[in-house]
Amino acid sequence: MELAYTVDQQAFRQEVRSWMQANVPAKPLQSFDTAEGFQQHREWEKTMNDGRWGMVTWPEEFGGRGLDLIQWLIFEEEYYRASAPTRVNQNGIFLLAPTLMEYGSDEQKARILPKMATGEEVWAQGWSEPNAGSDMAAIRSSAELRGDEYIINGQKTWSTRAVFADWLFGMFRTDPGSKRHHGLTFILVPLNAEGITVRPIPQLDGLPGFAEIFFDNVKVSINNRLGGEGEGWKVAMATAGFERGLMLRSPARFQETARRLVDLYRANQESADQDPAIREAVLSAYVQAEAYTLTTYQTASRLNQGGKIGPESSTNKVFWSELDQMMHSTAMAILGARAELLPHAPAAQGVGHWLDGFLFAQSGPIYAGTNEIQRNIIAERMLGMPRA
Amino acid sequence: MNFTFNEDQLMFRDSVRDFFSNEVTTESIRNRWDSDSGRDRALWTSMAELGLTGLLVPENCGGLGLGVVDFIMLAEECGRVALPEPLVDTVLLATPVLVAAGADAQLLQSIAAGETVCAVQSQADALVADADFADKLIVHKAGNLVLLDAESARFQRQDSVDPSRRLFSVEWADDEGQVLAEGDLSAELTASLYNLGALGTSAQLLGLAQRMLDLSVAYTSERQQFGKPIGSFQAVKHHLANVAIKTEFAKAPVYRAAYSVAEALSDVDLHVSQARLSAGEAAILAAKSGIQVHGAMGYTWEMDLHLFMKRAWALNNAWGTPGAHKARLADTILSADYTIGAGHTFASASDAA
Ligand SMILES: Cc1cc2nc3c(=O)[nH]c(=O)nc-3n(C[C@H](O)[C@H](O)[C@H](O)COP(=O)(O)OP(=O)(O)OC[C@H]3O[C@@H](n4cnc5c(N)ncnc54)[C@H](O)[C@@H]3O)c2cc1C
Repeated sequence: MELAYTVDQQAFRQEVRSWMQANVPAKPLQSFDTAEGFQQHREWEKTMNDGRWGMVTWPEEFGGRGLDLIQWLIFEEEYYRASAPTRVNQNGIFLLAPTLMEYGSDEQKARILPKMATGEEVWAQGWSEPNAGSDMAAIRSSAELRGDEYIINGQKTWSTRAVFADWLFGMFRTDPGSKRHHGLTFILVPLNAEGITVRPIPQLDGLPGFAEIFFDNVKVSINNRLGGEGEGWKVAMATAGFERGLMLRSPARFQETARRLVDLYRANQESADQDPAIREAVLSAYVQAEAYTLTTYQTASRLNQGGKIGPESSTNKVFWSELDQMMHSTAMAILGARAELLPHAPAAQGVGHWLDGFLFAQSGPIYAGTNEIQRNIIAERMLGMPRA
Repeated sequence: MNFTFNEDQLMFRDSVRDFFSNEVTTESIRNRWDSDSGRDRALWTSMAELGLTGLLVPENCGGLGLGVVDFIMLAEECGRVALPEPLVDTVLLATPVLVAAGADAQLLQSIAAGETVCAVQSQADALVADADFADKLIVHKAGNLVLLDAESARFQRQDSVDPSRRLFSVEWADDEGQVLAEGDLSAELTASLYNLGALGTSAQLLGLAQRMLDLSVAYTSERQQFGKPIGSFQAVKHHLANVAIKTEFAKAPVYRAAYSVAEALSDVDLHVSQARLSAGEAAILAAKSGIQVHGAMGYTWEMDLHLFMKRAWALNNAWGTPGAHKARLADTILSADYTIGAGHTFASASDAA
């Protein structure tokens, strides 16, 4: 055990810091749930890629830096410290790309990865359907192979950033007689294909952060199948593994929220201390954000030495999503009567972006597998409790 | 940066776990309750033969010359079996303080040999666990740290809810005992003793949490109601999933605190208090959820669960209450001149390196 950074790691941190200082836009970008903001975020992806900072964990052959997980954590720490923009192409870079590297053909990698890296093609995820939420194996949207094309029909929903995204990856039922997780296939679909209708769905903040997608005889080349026909579930589970595992929410994000929460508390201490529970929650936020960080460093160290990520990684998603909710609720409690004000309200000075964060934090326990489903997985796969 | 234990440390942990699972059964613990000392001297000798009692004793005094990080998972194992004997107090608390105070080699040798057992008082006037089983006591008097022969002290037993715990109020005559440290050195050693005590407690709480979780998983997988194991019901699953989550995220803070103590980092107080709070919460939740999923069986003397629950309840207030650790945390975190946030977690370690 050696919990100090090496000289190289410290130098790497400095390198990232300098680049961020020189390149992170001084003025925050608009929300990527608007057309303009989306475009700004696309450009930021290009800037990142030009500096070769876009896909730091990708192997060098695909334009990445082949960083190990400790370096990735350092990178993320600097990224969040610099208040750099949220990654508009996170579904592509962190979820699809690793899946593609494992299951994709050389042709697919060459065709897809470079445009993903530059932000030219932004990816959305298409798992959920009106009747397949937590029960993803209930997917009905179908893809029928005719010659060298799939004909897709059906509906996906809740697809984040699909309103402005270019491509969608998801699962479709290719064997009409199949049940549950059999007979599903992982297919990549261009969102500008004929027969596709994308209907924006406004989220809690009123912006169209996700969308319903209708497929009416949409033709997709067989070259856009990832993995074999009927292997969709297996391929999708690899994606879900990356998502639940480490990459989806790096600890730095929550450490920065905890830091801002401590600052907010200090700035409003007199009124905040009227409710002793607030001080307690602020301290707990710090302790938990650190615990998440330490645990992630421990896992990263183990993986760096050839260890495998196990079922205990399901604890991550529950932990960070509930921590995030708690931190934002605490911030709202500190802000008191001003907490409800939208940022542009004249009296909203000093309330910052807590409200946005508070709203988004409500979705953490729902997306990427609800926390109830995660708890079932923890009980059954990690603890070995009997299945229902 | 490498947050893993090495092969040797993992192997040592495994062999101690094996040893304890044979030698420190719940039946053997219950047998100790009726004996006068409540302790097993033969077990102590076996632990010495394994090198455990001398783990932190320097090699030239017959010990293994290992460190706090090497011992931390073993302290966790002590918690896992609710070991009654004061191994953590002797190894993790007394030994480093004796070494730092320049205690004579003979004493350290006899600790390594398993001939001397130590008990440690957390602060002046506090009850001392295992004072009667111990040969030497480290106690506080008038700002000094005092080493006392057990024979020269008077004890009054104070029964605990945990029948395995043996607590005593201790008195001794002014001319008894040897001053280990006074003045600045005493203050320094008392502070580091507090951290060692809180760290040892954290590790045991972590082990206790895991044991209660294991017992609860096993029980709910067996016990049937409505024609199926109660562990298949989601409400029961979610209770235990919550314990698993809390426990999972208490481990790294405890191991990191061990590292910070070993390296005497400037942030050591902060790190120890974080560990203590995280491990305490895990153990207390494991007890609460554990008894709930056991139903009435969990409320009985017969079921083993209470051995671990009671230890957790007791230890959660030992070496600083959660409130005391929160206060210590607040002093640092809420002060304007302490930097937190992304990238600062390992700052004191990297500065020291
Ligand atoms: C902000 C946001 C972004 C999203 N982005 C995407 C995206 O990009 N692509 C995509 O495909 N999907 C996306 N989703 C959808 C998300 O994956 C689903 O919302 C989620 O899987 C839950 O499905 P559901 O909403 O249908 O809820 P339901 O499955 O109807 O669940 C409702 C409630 O019932 C509980 N429940 C259901 N089944 C069980 C069970 N077996 N045991 C215990 N409790 C149960 C759930 O935990 C939940 O509390 C997003 C959702 C949100 C909120």
